[in-house]
Amino acid sequence: MTPAREPILTRIRTGLGRPGSSEPDTLAAGLSALPRGYRTCANLPARLREELFIERLRDYGVEVATVPASTVAGAAAVRLAARQARSIVFPAGFPAAWLPGEFNMLEGDLLRPEELDRVDAVLTGCTVAIAETGTIVLQTGPAQGPRRLSLIPDYHLCIVQASQLVQTVPEALEKLDPTATLPTTFISGPSATSDIEMTRVRGVHGPRALEVILTGAQEESPRLDEAV
Amino acid sequence: MTASFPAAARELLRNAQLRRNVAHATDVIRHKRDRVVEEREDWQELRDAGSAIRQHVLENLDSYLLQFEEACSAAGGQVHWARDAAEANRIALAILSSREVREVIKIKSMTTEEIGLNAALEARGISAIETDLAELIVQLGHDVPSHIVVPALHKNRQQIRELFLREMGLDQLGDTAEDLTAAARAWLRRRFLTARAAISGANFLIAETGGVAIVESEGNGRMCLTLPPLLITIAGIEKVIPSFRDLEVFLQTLPRSATGERMNPYNSIWTGTTGADGPQEFHVILLDNGRSRILADSESRQTLKCIRCGACQNVCPVYRQTGGHAYGSVYGGPIGAILTPQLHNLEQGASLPYASSLCGACYEVCPVKIDIPEVLIHLRSEIVAREQHTIGGMLGPWNLGMQAAARIFASGERMETAQKLGRAIQRPFAGTSGTIESLPFLLSGWTQSRDLRPIPQESFRAWWARRGKEES
Ligand code: SF4
Repeated sequence: MTPAREPILTRIRTGLGRPGSSEPDTLAAGLSALPRGYRTCANLPARLREELFIERLRDYGVEVATVPASTVAGAAAVRLAARQARSIVFPAGFPAAWLPGEFNMLEGDLLRPEELDRVDAVLTGCTVAIAETGTIVLQTGPAQGPRRLSLIPDYHLCIVQASQLVQTVPEALEKLDPTATLPTTFISGPSATSDIEMTRVRGVHGPRALEVILTGAQEESPRLDEAV
Repeated sequence: MTASFPAAARELLRNAQLRRNVAHATDVIRHKRDRVVEEREDWQELRDAGSAIRQHVLENLDSYLLQFEEACSAAGGQVHWARDAAEANRIALAILSSREVREVIKIKSMTTEEIGLNAALEARGISAIETDLAELIVQLGHDVPSHIVVPALHKNRQQIRELFLREMGLDQLGDTAEDLTAAARAWLRRRFLTARAAISGANFLIAETGGVAIVESEGNGRMCLTLPPLLITIAGIEKVIPSFRDLEVFLQTLPRSATGERMNPYNSIWTGTTGADGPQEFHVILLDNGRSRILADSESRQTLKCIRCGACQNVCPVYRQTGGHAYGSVYGGPIGAILTPQLHNLEQGASLPYASSLCGACYEVCPVKIDIPEVLIHLRSEIVAREQHTIGGMLGPWNLGMQAAARIFASGERMETAQKLGRAIQRPFAGTSGTIESLPFLLSGWTQSRDLRPIPQESFRAWWARRGKEES
């Protein structure tokens, strides 16, 4: 089936000057001996971590509302109305309490790509969010759906719980590690290109707009959700 | 390779538009990169870790490839191995033909450029559509990419507008970057929704999980990876990293180095196939194509640590003046200058290791600490050694010149004599500016790319000797 496999492995081993593969123990020991002097844990208190996350999202042109858990649905309704979204989808397992009742909403996991192409907006949760890079991470599963769900509609509204927010990239990878084999998407702002004369254009093929509702944060500002 | 670097560079230096675009783009990215790198206090530690992880992988490449193969297969992926470009293309073609696929969508990938996949597909009646905006511009213009990260930076808005109007069959189109982007979105959306197969490269292969990671900006990658029922990934064998968590290093260094962002808009990581999410059929083709030979040379092995961020291009004074096309290869700039000749076993691109001033800026910015100047010098000596084995090379001006230089530099007395001789000979060539702008015959190779300062009336050695006497 793959006749090139052995010849390539032999060339690699010959090139490295040894007849066979390294022992698994030697390999593991080598790996754990590598220098890792970079920062792997947080040094900011929760409130500053949340502020940093919001600041980084705004850097990408992402609107953020910070609201108490009880008003997520209301905040979502405000955002969807502002976008004039009519057809809205959400993933299976999305908390019913977060669904704004006044909209016509459909569970979208089973919709085909052509059908999703006619949808205005998608609501999702996430698995982890990263403050330093303004990133939300979605994995296939409850409240996040299959990947196409948060890809094809033109507007993506993501609900992030403060408990899901970490400060650094290494903390996020640690949290994701147990489910590392699920399809995983790191999203940092709306899709973008700088391919034409290095002018940044937001919104190429993914959703042209991304917004975030942060809930359960230390400092909630319902004012913000009315303002945005 | 069509022309040698000096010939191609001379041609491109005349193209003022290209030079302006390249200079503008590299300035913007450099500035952004510096800003987001400076804010990381642990940048040097991240470089150290990135370098060490990549080096460790290369020294155990067989083990990590086998681990990847096992994990990926267990997750429903099919792993293929290809010794060279032709074999990789054959495997991809066989998969596509047996499914009767006539059209594939593609994510930007230097690896598929390297193996000339699009041409191989077209020869068999399969059209490959590039979906990355810059690659689309390059493809519609029947052009070649000029930069790893920004392949179309040699084209400006007006040129792109004309291209889109013509190739997309549009009646009207604005000329802002937004208008042009929207046109590409609409044109490609239909293709994303109907394509039956996609082809991608890979930024990382994760040995531990069998996962593949792709870093991108536009979302065309996500479309290709999620919508078509068949996905083929073609990746160089050096792309492996040991574990999922090692991404914590590269996801911090790659976006900052490549586009000057803290994180690029999208990173996708997937492992084999996953039920109703994504393709039902997934293949990975592991490509050698000269890499195992580079691995065998312990001095240039570090070339394979490269994560293709393009940062070395943006700081390279030679690249900034010429743009990527002069390198006559898909890999341009300092990394291209060392990678291309090695991939071709020094039979092509042998002029590339000389396309550098050895200023060291590329090493300073490299997120995996590849000492490019060191590899350049190593390759130069390899090339010279190889040329000395041929009669033509042995008697060639380059070799005779180098041997003479070696003799002269080895002896102070001979150097003095040579300089005196030089001072007498140079008079007819010195320009009004006091520099020598061109030299005759064999020596013209030196002055075609630089002005030469005449040999000073007094040599350093003579000045030093006189100074010593005067002081005592
Ligand atoms: S050599 Fe280093 S700086 Fe250049 S593209 Fe590769 S990783 Fe980036």
